[in-house]
Amino acid sequence: MNLNKILKNGFLIVLVSFILSACATKTKQLGSQIQGDVYTGTDTVEYLASGVPDRVFFATNESVLTTASRETLRKQAAWLRKNSNINVVLEGHADERGTREYNLALGERRANAAKDYLMTYGISSNRISVISYGKERPVDSGSNPLAWSKNRRSVTVKAN
Amino acid sequence: MKKKIQLLIIFIFTLVPFKAISLIEVDITRGNLNPLPIAISPLHIDEDSEKIFFEETKIENLGIEITRVVENNLKTTGLFNPLSKDAFLQKPDIAHLKPRFEDWALIKAQALITGKVTITEKKIRVEFRLWDVLAGKEILALAFTTVPNNWRRVGHIISDKVYERLTGEKGYFDTRIIYVAEEGPKVKRIKKLAIMDQDGFNTKYLTLGNELVLTPRFNPTNQMVTYLSYFRNLPRVYLLDIETGIQEVVGDFPGMTFAPRFSPDGKKIIMSFASDGNSDIYTMDLETRVVERITNHPSIDTSPSYSPDGKYICFNSDRSRYQQIYVMKSDGSDVKRISFGKGLYGTPVWSPRGDLIAFTKLHKGKFYIGVMRTDGSGERLLTENFYQEAPSWSPNGRVLIFYRETKTDEKGEGFSAKLWSIDLTGYNERLVITKTDASDPSWSSLLSK
Repeated sequence: MNLNKILKNGFLIVLVSFILSACATKTKQLGSQIQGDVYTGTDTVEYLASGVPDRVFFATNESVLTTASRETLRKQAAWLRKNSNINVVLEGHADERGTREYNLALGERRANAAKDYLMTYGISSNRISVISYGKERPVDSGSNPLAWSKNRRSVTVKAN
Repeated sequence: MKKKIQLLIIFIFTLVPFKAISLIEVDITRGNLNPLPIAISPLHIDEDSEKIFFEETKIENLGIEITRVVENNLKTTGLFNPLSKDAFLQKPDIAHLKPRFEDWALIKAQALITGKVTITEKKIRVEFRLWDVLAGKEILALAFTTVPNNWRRVGHIISDKVYERLTGEKGYFDTRIIYVAEEGPKVKRIKKLAIMDQDGFNTKYLTLGNELVLTPRFNPTNQMVTYLSYFRNLPRVYLLDIETGIQEVVGDFPGMTFAPRFSPDGKKIIMSFASDGNSDIYTMDLETRVVERITNHPSIDTSPSYSPDGKYICFNSDRSRYQQIYVMKSDGSDVKRISFGKGLYGTPVWSPRGDLIAFTKLHKGKFYIGVMRTDGSGERLLTENFYQEAPSWSPNGRVLIFYRETKTDEKGEGFSAKLWSIDLTGYNERLVITKTDASDPSWSSLLSK
C-alpha cells in the first residue's frame, strides 16, 4: 500500500520532469530560430553564392528590415556589384494568417523594403524587379508560428 | 444578348387573385427554428413527353428531377422543411388540378407546390402552382417555356418564385458562383477559375491552371468577371467574358494591379495598384479606359467595394498602423475609419441592400466573418474559425458565402480549403459542395430578373 503510493508519486515526479524537459527543449529550439517574431534559422535559406543568403525574414504584419536582414542584403549588394551582368527579382511573401488581398500588398511592401536597401548600396533599380506572391507560395506548409516565420520573407532570385 | 437567358420566356397563365394578407408567411429576419413544412408534389409528366425528353437528355423522369432541385434549394435556406413524398396521398396530376387540402393538412403541410411538364416542339413547358393549404387556395401560378437542357434553371426559377411569394423578398437560386478551384500540396497549389450553379451543379473550369489566378468577381449587370492572374508572372487585373471566353488585361500598369471589383452599374473596375511598396486605389472606366486615382496615401489601401448606389466606397487600409475598414465618397474624399473593435479587419464588402458591410476579422488568433452597419456600429460576428475570409453576398443580401482553410498537422499535411455559407442571422451555416478544394467565391446576380 505504502510502497504503492511511493511508487505512484515517484512515477508522477518522473513524468512531470519529463514533460518539463520536453517543454524546455521545444522553447530552446524555437528561441534559437525565432527572435522577436522574426525567423533567424537557416532551414529554408538558399545561397546566391558562397556566403550570400538569398532571403530575409520579417515580423508579423511588418516590412521593417532587421539588423540581420540588412547584413544579408549588404552581402547581396556586394555580390551584385561584383556580378554586374546579373539582374534579380525580389519575391515578397506573407504568412497564411492574413487576408489574401492585404497580404499581396504586404508582400509587395516587403520586397520593396529589400529593393530600397539594395539601391542604397549602389544597385541600380533597373537591375531589380519586384513581385509579390502574398500568401500563395509558402515554403513551409505548417500551421504554427515557426512555419509562419519562415514564410514571411523576401527572396532574391536571379533573373538571368 | 445572352442566348440562354433569352430562351427562357416567362408568362403568367392564370391571373392570381392577389391578396395583401396571406396566411402563410416566412420571417427571414431572424434565425428560423421552425422551418415551414412544405409539400412539393412531383411535377407530373405525361408518357409521350417523358419519352421525347428521355431521347433528348437521357433523364428518366424530368418532373421528379426538377422537383428535386426545388426541394434541395428550399431546404438549404433553413426556412422550409420539404416533407417526405412517402406521406403524400394525392396523385401529382390530380393534385395539380385541385388539391384535396384535408389530405395535405393531415401531413402538416402548410404550403403545397404542384405542377406539370409537357414537351412541345422540342421545348419544355413547365407550369406550377403554389397553394396555401390552411386557407385552401392558390397563391401563385406560373408557366415557363425553355430548351430541355435548361431544366435545372427551371427548378431554380420555381424556387425563386416560391421563396419570393412566401418571404416577401427576392430569391437567390437562379444564380451562379465563380470561385478558385484548388488542387495539389499547400506549397505548390494549382489554381483555376471555376464556375458552378449556386447549388453546386454544372461546374466548368475557365482556366487551365498554368498560371496562378485569384479573387474572381462578377459584374452585377452581366456575365463578365474580373480577376487577378499571374499570366507571364505579371500579376494584373483581367476581364473575362464567361459566355465567349474572351479575356483581356485591364490593369496593365507598371506594377501589380489586384483586388478588382466592378462598380454597381458594371461600367468601371475599382482595384488596387501597388508600386514602390505602396498600394493605392484606382478606377478604370471600361468604355473610355480612363484611369482615376481614388486614394493617395503611403499606407496600404486595398479591397475596395462600392455601395450599391455607387456613392461610397468601403476599403481596407493600415493607415492607422494595422488593417482597418474605412469608408469614403466615391471620389476619394471624406475618408472615415469605421472599424474600432478589438483586432484587425479586412475584406469589407458592401451589402446589395446597402445597409451593412460584411468583413473578415482577426482577433487573438481566430478569424471571424461578421457584419456591421456602414457607420461601423452594430458589429455582429457570425462565425469563428481557425482561418476563413472573403465573404460575398447573395444577390438578395440574406446569405454570405466565404472560404475556410484547415490547420495542417505536425507534418504540415491535411490542408484543405472549402466554401461555406451562412445566413445573415448567424444561423444555417453550411458546407457548399465543390468538386475540388475551393476559395474566393463570388455570387452572381439573378440570371433572370
